[in-house]
Amino acid sequence: MKRPVIEFRDFGFRYAAQAEATLSHIDLTIREGEKVLICGPSGCGKSTLVHCINGLIPGSYEGEITGELTINGQPYQELDVFRLSKTVGTVLQDSDGQFVGLSVGEDIAFALENDRMPLERMYVRVRETAARVGMESFLDHAPHELSGGQKQRVSLAGVMVDDVKILLFDEPLANLDPAAGKSAIELIDEIHRETGDTVVIVEHRLEDVLHRDVDRIVLMAEGRIVADMTPDELLSSSLLKENGIREPLYVTALKYAGVFITPEMRPGRIERLQLTEEDKAQVRAWYQSVPAAVPAAPGEAFLKAEKINFSYSNGKQALYDIDFSIQKGEMMSIVGKNGAGKSTFSKIICGFERPQSGRITLAGRDLSGDSIKERADHIGYVMQNPNQMISKTMIAEEVGLGLALSGKHTPEEISDCVNNTLKICGLYPFRNWPISALSFGQKKRVTVASILAMNPEIVILDEPTAGQDFRHYTDIMEFLSALNEKGITIILITHDMHLMLEYCRRAVVFSEGRRIADDTCEAILTNDAIVQRASLKKTSLSQLAQLCGIPQETEFVRRFIRWDREVRGK
Amino acid sequence: MTNLFNYIQRSSPIHRLTGAAKFACLLLWSLAAMTTFDTRILLPMPIVACILFFLSRIRFREVKVLFWFTFVFMVLNNALIYVFAPEHGVELYGARHVIWSGIGRFTLTQEQLFYHLNVILKYLATIPMVILFISTTQPSEFASSLNRIGVSYKIAYSVSLALRYIPDIQREYRDISTAQQARGLEMADKKQSLVKRLKNAAAMLFPLIISSMDRIELIANAMELRGFGKGKKRTWYSARPFQTADYVCVALCAGLLLLSVGMSVLRHSRYFNPFS
Repeated sequence: MKRPVIEFRDFGFRYAAQAEATLSHIDLTIREGEKVLICGPSGCGKSTLVHCINGLIPGSYEGEITGELTINGQPYQELDVFRLSKTVGTVLQDSDGQFVGLSVGEDIAFALENDRMPLERMYVRVRETAARVGMESFLDHAPHELSGGQKQRVSLAGVMVDDVKILLFDEPLANLDPAAGKSAIELIDEIHRETGDTVVIVEHRLEDVLHRDVDRIVLMAEGRIVADMTPDELLSSSLLKENGIREPLYVTALKYAGVFITPEMRPGRIERLQLTEEDKAQVRAWYQSVPAAVPAAPGEAFLKAEKINFSYSNGKQALYDIDFSIQKGEMMSIVGKNGAGKSTFSKIICGFERPQSGRITLAGRDLSGDSIKERADHIGYVMQNPNQMISKTMIAEEVGLGLALSGKHTPEEISDCVNNTLKICGLYPFRNWPISALSFGQKKRVTVASILAMNPEIVILDEPTAGQDFRHYTDIMEFLSALNEKGITIILITHDMHLMLEYCRRAVVFSEGRRIADDTCEAILTNDAIVQRASLKKTSLSQLAQLCGIPQETEFVRRFIRWDREVRGK
Repeated sequence: MTNLFNYIQRSSPIHRLTGAAKFACLLLWSLAAMTTFDTRILLPMPIVACILFFLSRIRFREVKVLFWFTFVFMVLNNALIYVFAPEHGVELYGARHVIWSGIGRFTLTQEQLFYHLNVILKYLATIPMVILFISTTQPSEFASSLNRIGVSYKIAYSVSLALRYIPDIQREYRDISTAQQARGLEMADKKQSLVKRLKNAAAMLFPLIISSMDRIELIANAMELRGFGKGKKRTWYSARPFQTADYVCVALCAGLLLLSVGMSVLRHSRYFNPFS
């Protein structure tokens, strides 16, 4: 057996500012050359565990450590963040924020600069490392010229340049579109094979990581390790569901069909899944038993955009002839990769930007003469990061801000409206709390509430669930779909395929400033050409349908979604 | 999109000079302009600055915000000089040619006007050079040049990071302010009282500060994880060796400073006096 490189022995950690320990009784051994996935819901302590491995704890975050931790045979007391950075390379979640240099080359060189490497050797080393992640022809590019996936490659090169032995990835998929996420997982796998380095991936999007093999999965919950086993074993258990991690969709589908999953079936990756004829028949029977979905009758357009063209002041055209419409009471998605024009388009709808040509109408009325504020009376916009919207310290104040500013309401009216909105959003019990005491998901609700208080007919949400685990994702989305049932029209801008499939009937796909599809979500995700052009990803359900001999992939996906939401809704 | 404070990528002889040389030139040039009131030295400086500006291929509209900002400052400075010492020029030049007897102590003399002319020339000599330096030097090269003249690299790097994040923060501010406008928060609404407008501005800054703090924590961690701050010194990927042009520029600017100081010392006066 290979020698252990990371060893936790009855390890615990409590942040100085907190009363309870974030990590307790951690026993974990990771051996040289292993590839391990650490997963768990938000707040389970997985990020804290990463900080312990790379030395930010106890270096940058103060707290109390119990038990033992050795890295490469050395106890943590003898190590600091600098010494550790020679063995452990960390790729952080936000590839934008960790881009230190002003060009790709400079960013990769950062660790070498700090080591005072002479320039001639530095240039050679930077070029070699860039080549290993396929970025050697981008050395002079500035960060804003790169895609999310490319930035992540640069971050990876930036730690590999130090010849580290352990690579640590903190939620590598969080900011990537589906196709970029897939290639990130492939790249990590390639590097792992090539170098034989130890790889630790922390991520709650299990199915996406399992696109390539991992040796083990460590499942965490509430600061403890609840499982440490192979993917095949873990997926055969019910531990994921119990701990708020979404199982791969094909596994869920098999379970719904009543197939009993064992490690021998190799459920860890769909490519290797072994199903008997009996199992397949069972899936087919389940598919037949779920009633067919009824397609919605097309209604009249409520918000309509016609032939929208838009260029930025630097002359770069961002949108070409966009046609778009949504019916009253609909909930739909706008999808596509970063930079495809989704956000720009939603800013145009809200009047934040003015198109060069084209027309937007709401219930038949032309909106071009309306100011930002006048449009906001009908169309509310919720930004991705709630911290960018919150400007008051107390919840009730924040939610009532728009009403108070309009100057048209008495204080009683405002407080009635705020209370009603808070009740709808499930925030009423917290109405007198300071916002700083809320979790990210609750803050998101506050921002939605502050928009709802102004009584818009349409709400646009930019990536409403970015970075959220399955439980928070379900919370936010069920909340939005309840609002939708109350008659509010909702537009979601997202690159989360699950979200779009589950909660929207229809989606519009953007690619390079053009609208390339407007169809039902299932139809979009089973259309190879569109999936590829827009960097989307087929779901594993399509593969399962093929495997079980069900030719109607789209219908299979549709029936699964309906069944799944019914089961989860209970 | 106009940025207040930004490196503008171009290909020009000014851009090709190394950051350290440009920084040294800027310091020498500004010192020269600061130490003297000799109009014969001050007069050609704005002209040279404008020529250099033209050579850099930076367009005026790209830096106009910064220019007007400093311009307003210059006007304010002159106004204050006049308000506090309307006859400062008379004292300096030891003569009094009255143009208009004015109101009370506020008279208008040729000497005072000449003094103001010199102050304005000092501004006009330095403003274009500062703008030129900022817009033709990459922040990281700027940091490496600060470090080269002896500033600790940690301070140098934080200056460069600050410069570098200004465009990002401006973009974020725009996003925040449009989203707040949609909720009815207006900053430029003339109908509101000043107090109300300041309050509104605070409501926009609050989210900006919170998200900037997050950004700072992240970048600090990212830098520490890659060994920033472990040694007393570091090397710079962006550092470039001095070329002939760099030496020539620095020498010329040093010459200018020498001339400016030399004239003052030889003539026992920093002022050129056309009135005596």
